[in-house]
Amino acid sequence: MAALINVPAKARRGDVIEIRTLTSHIMETGFRHTADGKLVPRDIITSFTCRYNGTEIFRADLFPAIAANPYLSFFTVARESGRFEFEWIGDNGYSSTASASITVE
Amino acid sequence: MPTTRRQFLSLAGGVTAAGTIPIVTLRPLQANPAMLNTAIRNVVGEAPVRTGKVKLDIPPLVENGNTVPMTVTVASPMTADDHVKSIHVFNEKNPQPNIGNFYLGPSSGRAQVATRIRLADTQRVVAIARLSDDSFWQIAVDVVVTMAACTEEMN
Repeated sequence: MAALINVPAKARRGDVIEIRTLTSHIMETGFRHTADGKLVPRDIITSFTCRYNGTEIFRADLFPAIAANPYLSFFTVARESGRFEFEWIGDNGYSSTASASITVE
Repeated sequence: MPTTRRQFLSLAGGVTAAGTIPIVTLRPLQANPAMLNTAIRNVVGEAPVRTGKVKLDIPPLVENGNTVPMTVTVASPMTADDHVKSIHVFNEKNPQPNIGNFYLGPSSGRAQVATRIRLADTQRVVAIARLSDDSFWQIAVDVVVTMAACTEEMN
């Protein structure tokens, strides 16, 4: 699954850094109909989690009102060098992961 | 054929009324302010929700309801004993009132979350923040939407 992750490669210890993520997903609301009147079943990402060296630093519950290809931006304090791990979970067993590393000086 | 002006006018009026094609709009399933309040109560319980501390950046006029940028910022020092625990965003008239719940903590450093949302109608968007002392703060913003999202036909 394609995900775009934007995390600064380097930061000073204690800096507040912005993390931006974008993942490709239709986010089908479950409220639309086909031309012949059938309801298109819901297919959305329901949950997003970001972990920093194993510790959860941000989590989101998503609903059909989140636009297709969900974009999320949030902040964290750069404490130590290591990895950010991102996880998206959704309907129909959907699961996708990504990661990014950071050097903290 | 009508012979008098009065007959003609009444007939013409009748034809107009009867000849009007009734416009039946199929209203999509829609949340309403009562559902919005229920959704908010599910989050805040019985706690009072005060206005303030929360800023909601969203365009006041949206041409395309399918992707509306939105940023919620909460004024908070984000320390261990005074921080934002969570941010909850609701709407009034989409098919369902919830938009997203975002969970933060003192390690967030800044209480700010951005995403892109769908709006099915001109409506009010509400953002509520839960602080570490379990107080709730809110902001409501009215957004005018010219092209709705969510319920259009698929091609």
